[in-house]
Amino acid sequence: MPRMLMKGNYAAVYGAILAGCEAYYGYPITPASEIAESASALFPKFGRTFLQAESEVAAINMVYGASGCGQRVMTGSSGPGISLKQEGISYCAGSALPCVIVDIMRGGPGLGNIGPEQSDYNQVVKGGGHGNYRNIVLAPNSAQEMCDLTMLAFELADKYRNPVFVLTDGVIGQMMEAVDLPEPVTRFPDKSDWAVKGTAESRHLINSIYLDHDDLERWNRELEKKYETIQKNEVLVEEYMMDDAEIVTIGYGSSSRVLRSAVDTARENGIKLGLFRPITLFPFPVDEIAQLPDKGIKGILTVEMSTGQLVDDVNLALKGKMISDLYSRLGGNVPSATEILAKISELYGV
Amino acid sequence: MSESRKYPFPVIDSDICKGCKLCIAACPKKVLVISEKLNSKGFHFSEYVGEGCIGCGNCFYTCPEPSAVTVYLKDYVPEEVS
Amino acid sequence: METFLLPRRSSRRSPSFTGCNMEKKTVLRKPKGFINVYKHKPGAEKDRTHYCPGCGHGILHKLIAEALEDFDLVEKTIIISPVGCSVFAYYYFHTGNLQVAHGRAPAVASAVSRANPDSVVISYQGDGDLAAIGGNNINQAANRGENMAVFFVNNAIYGMTGGQMAPTTLEGQKTTTTPYGRNVKTDGYPIQVCELINTFTAPVYIARTSLQDMVNIRKTRIAVRKAIMNAKDKKGFSLVEVLSMCPSGWKKDSLQSQQWIKERMVPRFPLGVLRDISEEAETIERPVPVMDPEEVKKIFGYGDFKASTIQKNTEANIKKISLRVSGFGGQGIMSTGIVLANVGMEYGYNVSWLPSYGPEMRGGTANCSVKIQEDTIGASEVTEPNMIIAMNQPSLEKFEKIMIPGGALMYNSTLIDIEPTRNDVDIYNVPITGMADELGDTRVQSMVSVGAFAAITGLFDPKEIVTLIPSLFAGKPDKVLKMNEEAVLKGYNYVTENFSV
Repeated sequence: MPRMLMKGNYAAVYGAILAGCEAYYGYPITPASEIAESASALFPKFGRTFLQAESEVAAINMVYGASGCGQRVMTGSSGPGISLKQEGISYCAGSALPCVIVDIMRGGPGLGNIGPEQSDYNQVVKGGGHGNYRNIVLAPNSAQEMCDLTMLAFELADKYRNPVFVLTDGVIGQMMEAVDLPEPVTRFPDKSDWAVKGTAESRHLINSIYLDHDDLERWNRELEKKYETIQKNEVLVEEYMMDDAEIVTIGYGSSSRVLRSAVDTARENGIKLGLFRPITLFPFPVDEIAQLPDKGIKGILTVEMSTGQLVDDVNLALKGKMISDLYSRLGGNVPSATEILAKISELYGV
Repeated sequence: MSESRKYPFPVIDSDICKGCKLCIAACPKKVLVISEKLNSKGFHFSEYVGEGCIGCGNCFYTCPEPSAVTVYLKDYVPEEVS
Repeated sequence: METFLLPRRSSRRSPSFTGCNMEKKTVLRKPKGFINVYKHKPGAEKDRTHYCPGCGHGILHKLIAEALEDFDLVEKTIIISPVGCSVFAYYYFHTGNLQVAHGRAPAVASAVSRANPDSVVISYQGDGDLAAIGGNNINQAANRGENMAVFFVNNAIYGMTGGQMAPTTLEGQKTTTTPYGRNVKTDGYPIQVCELINTFTAPVYIARTSLQDMVNIRKTRIAVRKAIMNAKDKKGFSLVEVLSMCPSGWKKDSLQSQQWIKERMVPRFPLGVLRDISEEAETIERPVPVMDPEEVKKIFGYGDFKASTIQKNTEANIKKISLRVSGFGGQGIMSTGIVLANVGMEYGYNVSWLPSYGPEMRGGTANCSVKIQEDTIGASEVTEPNMIIAMNQPSLEKFEKIMIPGGALMYNSTLIDIEPTRNDVDIYNVPITGMADELGDTRVQSMVSVGAFAAITGLFDPKEIVTLIPSLFAGKPDKVLKMNEEAVLKGYNYVTENFSV
């Protein structure tokens, strides 16, 4: 198995090609630009489409078009670009079009800055565009996972005919690590009953309009049912030192990497700290978090690079049995293990 | 339609016609008129007066409704219709 | 089929609509480009359109459907309908259909055309859609010369939303959002789309026609057929702007509306073929995607990868590296870190490399974090380094402060003439830049640093680094490889000769 040192952003593109992604449509934005750059270098080698779109809006609509034609297709961006794409993502969800969107989060609001933040959580995990829909959201925390979870994203997108986000922050996108390239995907789903291919048999309709109120309600109920199925079947989490943990930290993306360091240091000092990392943000590990209070733990600390967007979901999952504390850093600052441990000491007296 | 009719001639679906009169204006022989009758949608529809069509196709091409106007041209052979 | 083709004209002559084909038809009936029963249309009326009496959309629809039938293209055509009155075009055409967001049809069509290069892709758009909200998308698709036929219905008004001002609304024209008439001083002038598209190099066919009377409807028919044939022949981008009646929006009857086009619109939007270079245009060819897994692996070079056999040095001085490399942009800061991470990976360690990115880099300083260790790496940002490589004075000042006691501090003594203030770390003053210059190229200073790093930590054997150089600098001339090899050894030897390690 080939092992290469590469940035998380590159790894996502390797994963896309191995997953059989036929087209990449994107627009440059820091800290996600290497995705478009590496796609522009790699996709043509495989006779696949790379096109630098005129705008973020155009890019997601190109994704809509390619997906409507049955292609595995991807785009990538960061905060402001994701905001612009939201209408198109809503169209993809409304038309049941599978697609993969990589979001390398940066600081906001507005132009903010290009440092790492996790403040797209709400706009990605909660839907973001208009209408009742959900994105499946995978949150890698390493270059290897940027590759692996991008491949998984394509599988889930096709399985549920739904947009799938690979959501991470500038640190994971920009960081280089060793990546073991997996085997390419060998089997692709049959989309002949809905994809438009320019043939007699494929004269289908890709559409999100339901003029009749009952029809639209029915369609929304179908989507709702789909999201329930996803919630039931697709939750992924990573637990580290959780078996005997007395204090649990929760985080995803680069904060979960820092939390891992914090756990290691805490354990060296005899503090029973554990890490609970949601890998899927939608579906959110609601049941798994709901069980935490039953394990007799002293406290839960959610660490995020946003002002409580993640902890809201943690606390919803806890259903009032416990309340998670929050430690956040913003503006491009990444929390350090030292400051997290100081916070834990302050909160829980350890 | 009557088999004895002389080609060419137009057939206007009185129920589909929305009475916009574009065909009446476009007919060089002025053999289309607006009916005094109303169709089920409440439109005064267009009618062929019964003779004088030269098969120019103007009514067909100016009609915005895909299936409101059919024009059987001079060389039309009825067997073609199945 | 040939009988339907227009006689080709050289573009050297002024393009025009002459040469109307007179194909032999014996009946003019609802073309097969239309669906027989409009099954997607809600409600009971599945045999008629949703368009108002006298609306031009139906006429243009018919011309398109007829051409698709005549050219035997119904099955391979894909029609993109965005937002506007033609949002429901998919009710009618017996083709593949994508309903899309407002203004985005050209972007969607660009991808559809690339996904299905043998199909005929049609973008059917109104004036608000194409020239206002989708203004950029149409320009860019035209400029890329996407293989598609764009049919642009210009009726100088927003029909679907109830008669608001469009970008093509005429000077003084009253709409529901210009109740006092379009005022050019506040609302600007009507946009002439054909003339705008004609400024781009790529489009092959640009024409403006009108539905004002039979002569012009027949000219429209020619233009429609031309654009569709261009898409079929993969000639690229064709745009047909059609001046069209909106009796409801204009509050006129059908015939008054045709008259209004003639008297008011045509003077502002002159009719004619603005460009026809489809004859000379090269056919657009798209590559066939490689999807076979074995072929994919071959292109990625899976077979060429060899698992590393380098043995770790269990006697290393420092076995867990948390390093910050820092200096001016251009001092090879990033590449020092990347080479160290690469070598660490070849040794079988877990490694991570994290750059400072963005404006900080452009501000002239650069730094990166490198971790090399046996265990899984947590945080990749090194906040408490046990080693730093400082290539300039600001870097030394900034990063020596955050070092943990007992760490290794290497600084570039060629450029830094102050002493480190820390006395609880091991100090290595190494003339990194100077040694690189001695080798003949300042740029090899990163490899001098790498060699010195190997000596200080004992983690890497310089001979192993040298064997990795050809793959680390793949594609570089032998001279460069040689110089980098020398740089590693020079850095390594300097440390072993001048310090007890």
